[in-house]
Amino acid sequence: MAAQILRRVVGSRSTQILSSPANPTSVLPALARAFSSQTPIRATLFPGDGIGPEIAESVKQVFKAADVPIEWEEHYVGTEIDPRTQSFLTWESLESVRRNRVGLKGPMATPIGKGHRSLNLTLRKELNLYANVRPCYSLPGYKTRYDDVNLVTIRENTEGEYSGLEHQVVRGVVESLKIITRAASLRVAEYAFHYAKTNGRDRVSVIHKANIMQKTDGLFLKCCREVAEKYPEITYEEVVIDNCCMMLVKNPALFDVLVMPNLYGDIISDLSAGLVGGLGLTPSCNIGEGGIALAEAVHGSAPDIAGKNLANPTALLMSSVMMLRHLNFSDKAEQIQNAIVSTIAEGKYRTADLGGSSSTTEFTNAICNNL
Amino acid sequence: MARRAATLPILRRLADTAASVRLSPLLPKPDVPNARSVTYMPRPGDGAPRAVTLIPGDGIGPMVTGAVEQVMSAMHAPVYFEKYDVHGDMKRVPEEVIESIKKNKVCLKGGLKTPVGGGVSSLNVQLRKELDLYASLVNCFNLPGLPTRHEGVDIVVIRENTEGEYSGLEHEVVPGVVESLKVITKFCSERIAKYAFEYAYLNNRKKVTAVHKANIMKLADGLFLESCREVATKYPSIKYNEIIVDNCCMQLVSKPEQFDVMVTPNLYGNLVANTAAGIAGGTGVMPGGNVGADHAVFEQGASAGNVGNEKILDQKKANPVALLLSSAMMLRHLQFPSFADRLETAVKRIIMEGKVRTKDLGGDSTTQEVVDAVISNLD
Repeated sequence: MAAQILRRVVGSRSTQILSSPANPTSVLPALARAFSSQTPIRATLFPGDGIGPEIAESVKQVFKAADVPIEWEEHYVGTEIDPRTQSFLTWESLESVRRNRVGLKGPMATPIGKGHRSLNLTLRKELNLYANVRPCYSLPGYKTRYDDVNLVTIRENTEGEYSGLEHQVVRGVVESLKIITRAASLRVAEYAFHYAKTNGRDRVSVIHKANIMQKTDGLFLKCCREVAEKYPEITYEEVVIDNCCMMLVKNPALFDVLVMPNLYGDIISDLSAGLVGGLGLTPSCNIGEGGIALAEAVHGSAPDIAGKNLANPTALLMSSVMMLRHLNFSDKAEQIQNAIVSTIAEGKYRTADLGGSSSTTEFTNAICNNL
Repeated sequence: MARRAATLPILRRLADTAASVRLSPLLPKPDVPNARSVTYMPRPGDGAPRAVTLIPGDGIGPMVTGAVEQVMSAMHAPVYFEKYDVHGDMKRVPEEVIESIKKNKVCLKGGLKTPVGGGVSSLNVQLRKELDLYASLVNCFNLPGLPTRHEGVDIVVIRENTEGEYSGLEHEVVPGVVESLKVITKFCSERIAKYAFEYAYLNNRKKVTAVHKANIMKLADGLFLESCREVATKYPSIKYNEIIVDNCCMQLVSKPEQFDVMVTPNLYGNLVANTAAGIAGGTGVMPGGNVGADHAVFEQGASAGNVGNEKILDQKKANPVALLLSSAMMLRHLQFPSFADRLETAVKRIIMEGKVRTKDLGGDSTTQEVVDAVISNLD
């Protein structure tokens, strides 16, 4: 465990340019930001629905206490469909993310009904968020049945099984298309290796089912192999998805960085989150075309406890830490992360989902005191 | 799920499994002499040996099927094997093998290696399609004496085996863009749902959970769910619920005791079964099989295509437990309940004792040592 913490610290202290390697120009503004940290950086904030506003408040409070030079541009989900986006998200909100190139998003509940796109889908498509990055590691002091987890799942987010192309061939026979393209596969593979390199990780495992889906997953594998050749210092391996599931629950320490197509990524990232305590604790960040980074809490909006000051803000806080790393604020990121980890480890102030009885405010105050 | 509680686990399990076979089999309770259940009354001629097709397969396959052969012969079980050499790199399963299974109705098989991206389709999949073995069943449960991260796991995964993501329909649309078709039909969804509920009914299981991703694949998985819901209405005594596959995997690693019988389309079943096998003790101990209207093929429960590595082969240390338990399933399927119980009890005894275990279970025994221990523990 100690070695892992050390490794995390070392990893996060090394250069953290998380922008897309496919767009090398985007590195420059990120660097420029890092060196001129006096002027505040504008970031878009979607507090979201349900418990969203409460946990977003918690992030704002912690950032203020840690003196992070971020100026939030808050956007709420609208009450009417914006015809320009065919969604409850307005064009202005999307423009804000495009302009700031960095954002943080709470849980959003898509209203039920027809004629509009799901909110997450709108963000993904409009901002071209092609990779979903989720680090999962055992939190010291919070015991689960798996105590040696330290892995990162990187999921292709734009195609594959979630293409949305389905049709009925004849009555009682339905087809759903899985699309794999060379461009998208190369893009996510590039990002995975880039991430591994910049975060001091040694190994990238590509998860596939190419023994059955020889052409689609075969193409994904081929693209990963091509990219792997450019990173000889990183160990590359291929693992069949069913075997991966088994290995993850038998010995999760076997994995480091995992890269995979859409559906597998969805399943494996949630499974990994389950190993360390669930979606309430794990951060997530979406990487888009042109170096956009939208960090988000992937848990639900929990309408049943909304407004009761009971929600656990850890996932959103940890996601905001990922956002800071993306902006090269490594010191601030480290400071906040340590405060969160030690607050949970102390065990004095924990929210109900972690077996404590603290309110969101008490938990947040405890983190601020631990900064 | 407290069904498998702490006291006398072997006996409880035996009682359970005996109840699951509606034939009131003999109950050889080793620790309570002469305590037998109401007798099993066979039809005249039921003791005649039955022919079973045997495919040793690749990698560790011959080693573990060899283990089964030895134990069967030590028990004088009324089965004899028709052995065929099949290997994963063949273009297709030889016709004579298919003929033999069609004649015998029952087959026992080691794993067949599936080459990745070699233009050869998986023989495991081919066999299932050819014989229309539409249901795959994996039984994942905690073995008494084998420490695992989770307690109270007792899950049966029933997976659609012939269509879905494994349709094998793939093509390159333009260079750099490939498509794979996932096919879901009402016919296949309905029959797997029926099998799952029938299984639950016959084995005194209380709940069936359908695993899906219908929030994204609204039509395909939607059709699957619709079929499950229809069948569920015919079994009011069995609880029915639905879970999204990603949440399912997360729940499996946190609260696996909530699941009983699970019914799934092809790919999800593969993942769910492997995850469930992993939390209950590993793919080396989980039994399973594939069954259709006319035939049944028994094999290691999870990872049919995973045939071990060179090292295990060289040291002869493959774990035969999964296939031995699958053979017990097979004996029960053939209506030899007492032989099934003896085999199952012997295997569970050696796991319980914990002296003879292969490496995947934390020991260092060879396959042969496990086989010898099982044979010496037979009643």
